[in-house]
Amino acid sequence: MAVPADKLKWMYETMIKIRHYEEAMVDAYGEGKYPVFNIGAGPVPGEMHLAAGQEPVAVGVCAHLRPDDTVTAPHRPHHHAIAKGVNLQRMTAEIFGKVDGLGKGKGGHMHLFDPEVKFSCGGIVAAGVPHAVGAALASTMQGRDSVAVAFIGEGAANAGAFHESLNLAALWKLPVIVVIEDNAYGISVPKPASTAVPTNEVRASAYGIPGVRVAGNDPVALYQVAQEAVDRARRGGGPTLIEVETDRYLGHFQGDPEVYRDKDEVVHLRQRDAIQAVRQQMVADGMATEEELQAMEQRAYQVVEEAYAFARQSPNPAGESALADVFAL
Amino acid sequence: MSVTSTQRMLTGNKAVAEAIAQEMERDPRVFVMGEDVGRYGGIFGATEGLFQRFGGERVRDTPISETGFIGAAIGAAAEGMRPIGELMFVDFFGVCMDQIYNQMAKIHYMSGGNVRLPMVLMTAVGGGYSDAAQHSQTLYATFAHMPGLKVVAPATPYDLKGMMTSAIRDDNPVLLMFHKQLQGLGWMAPIDASVGVVPEEPYTVPLGQAKVVREGRDLTIVGLQMSVHWALTAAARLADEGIEAEVVDLRSLVPLDKQTVVNSVRKTHRLLVVDEDYLSYGMTAEIAAMVAEQALYDLDAPIRRLAVPDVPIPYSHNLEKFVLPNPEKIYKQAKELAEQ
Repeated sequence: MAVPADKLKWMYETMIKIRHYEEAMVDAYGEGKYPVFNIGAGPVPGEMHLAAGQEPVAVGVCAHLRPDDTVTAPHRPHHHAIAKGVNLQRMTAEIFGKVDGLGKGKGGHMHLFDPEVKFSCGGIVAAGVPHAVGAALASTMQGRDSVAVAFIGEGAANAGAFHESLNLAALWKLPVIVVIEDNAYGISVPKPASTAVPTNEVRASAYGIPGVRVAGNDPVALYQVAQEAVDRARRGGGPTLIEVETDRYLGHFQGDPEVYRDKDEVVHLRQRDAIQAVRQQMVADGMATEEELQAMEQRAYQVVEEAYAFARQSPNPAGESALADVFAL
Repeated sequence: MSVTSTQRMLTGNKAVAEAIAQEMERDPRVFVMGEDVGRYGGIFGATEGLFQRFGGERVRDTPISETGFIGAAIGAAAEGMRPIGELMFVDFFGVCMDQIYNQMAKIHYMSGGNVRLPMVLMTAVGGGYSDAAQHSQTLYATFAHMPGLKVVAPATPYDLKGMMTSAIRDDNPVLLMFHKQLQGLGWMAPIDASVGVVPEEPYTVPLGQAKVVREGRDLTIVGLQMSVHWALTAAARLADEGIEAEVVDLRSLVPLDKQTVVNSVRKTHRLLVVDEDYLSYGMTAEIAAMVAEQALYDLDAPIRRLAVPDVPIPYSHNLEKFVLPNPEKIYKQAKELAEQ
């Protein structure tokens, strides 16, 4: 089962967009925070968890999703948001804490909500999994065929919410796909130090649902696995658990001293960079010319640049607007 | 006197269940999830008869997975459903507090108002029957403290039905607490207050309006749920001695109807606040502070507070009786205050 050309091109362009977005955020986030790192300073204050290297997970799954499908993401959410089609300008404005942000500056980078494309994320590990179960329940009860995807890190597979949610989803045969991004570390703790199971897809058997592992941070292999899972969910076949081996190029958060891993590790990880691999594959297969690829790259860069420009020019919210939106009126 | 309508009497649990049933009839988006809410009808009877009427799709028994199903209610609410979750005992909040505090209460705000969670979390509160420290709390203030949650605690079958109906129709997450002793359950010592007149047709009681349930000139007693009924008993005894207490049922902690309390204090000039929750950092402190801010110079005597004296609810009857407020304690405090 090959990836159709239009899908692969979308995956490539979206991965380029994500990578550029995250790299631009490294710079934007760093503004005003040095020489002595001050987390609360600069145009983008607070914690910042970036996903450079994890692009394949987002595009391999979201390639199968429609705007009416739901995605819940964790604290490292930009790649999922971009792949799901979240309004990039308003998302960036939110991260800059501006009035045009998705949450009018109330949410920030870990709390992005775009109901237009049914995207949300949050800062509590595993908390989005039951939300996806609920979205899938709503879809079923409303007679729709939309599905829900919960992206979580491999550390979240040890949290109670993950297990309760898988059990519920399996029990009620809901259209949910739980995608574990195994980037090998829960902040600093390596996976073998947090669970006795070597890979998490085996946990699916505990709930009587299919579990699949995708190795090698491979977006094409994930595309195929996700297609089967999404199709099964859409036709009422119930949930699937997928674990994807992926690579985190940056620290857990920006400013992470990364004392827990060798400096060489990321150098090695970058040698199997999926974006370059997909590019080479498309050229080798004659799927896209060098000119086409450059045009796609140019377009992706431009969209990201425009999003940052939009965010920077948007006004800061007035202080008293903090009092609004506590309750729906 | 002519009888214009049948004065139908219902227990608290049947009033809650009737509100849910009528809203489920009216709105297909409404459904219920929780432990033992199906065939069993809810441990405290709040879903009595619903499973038989609406089936297992809309009245869902869940595993013992509060994080899972309360989180799922949040997810479903964000997608346009109007779920009602039941947290069996409020004391079980610890296993699912992230979903309540960090998710349910905050998502609307963090989304800048773009995501609505029209959901109800109902839960049983209260002690007085030796269920001990992990099954007897009210925890009113624990939930009222968190911005973004409406927290209501009706004291009569009439209010239970009307406020549950309002809660279901509200576009915000509402925590509706029903008091176990006010449910009128066969397996708990019966009290008169657990049965009351409830109209058959659907109606609403607004969330955030206190009610003066007894008028008086000499002092104001503020409470909610059992405290109100205890205060009314105490007030009857005080009246025999010529002291007229005004009793205010807050009914709702968030939104809090400050005006009704302040108006009453301006009339009586004396205030006693009674709470079945812990004393410190609780509702009594909130009401006292609010009155001090808004009506300090209307007071003729210092405000008094009567609540659980900052100990977990003990098991043994005598111990529990010692820590919980009751009509006798209220009478004593009120009498001293009135004569101060």
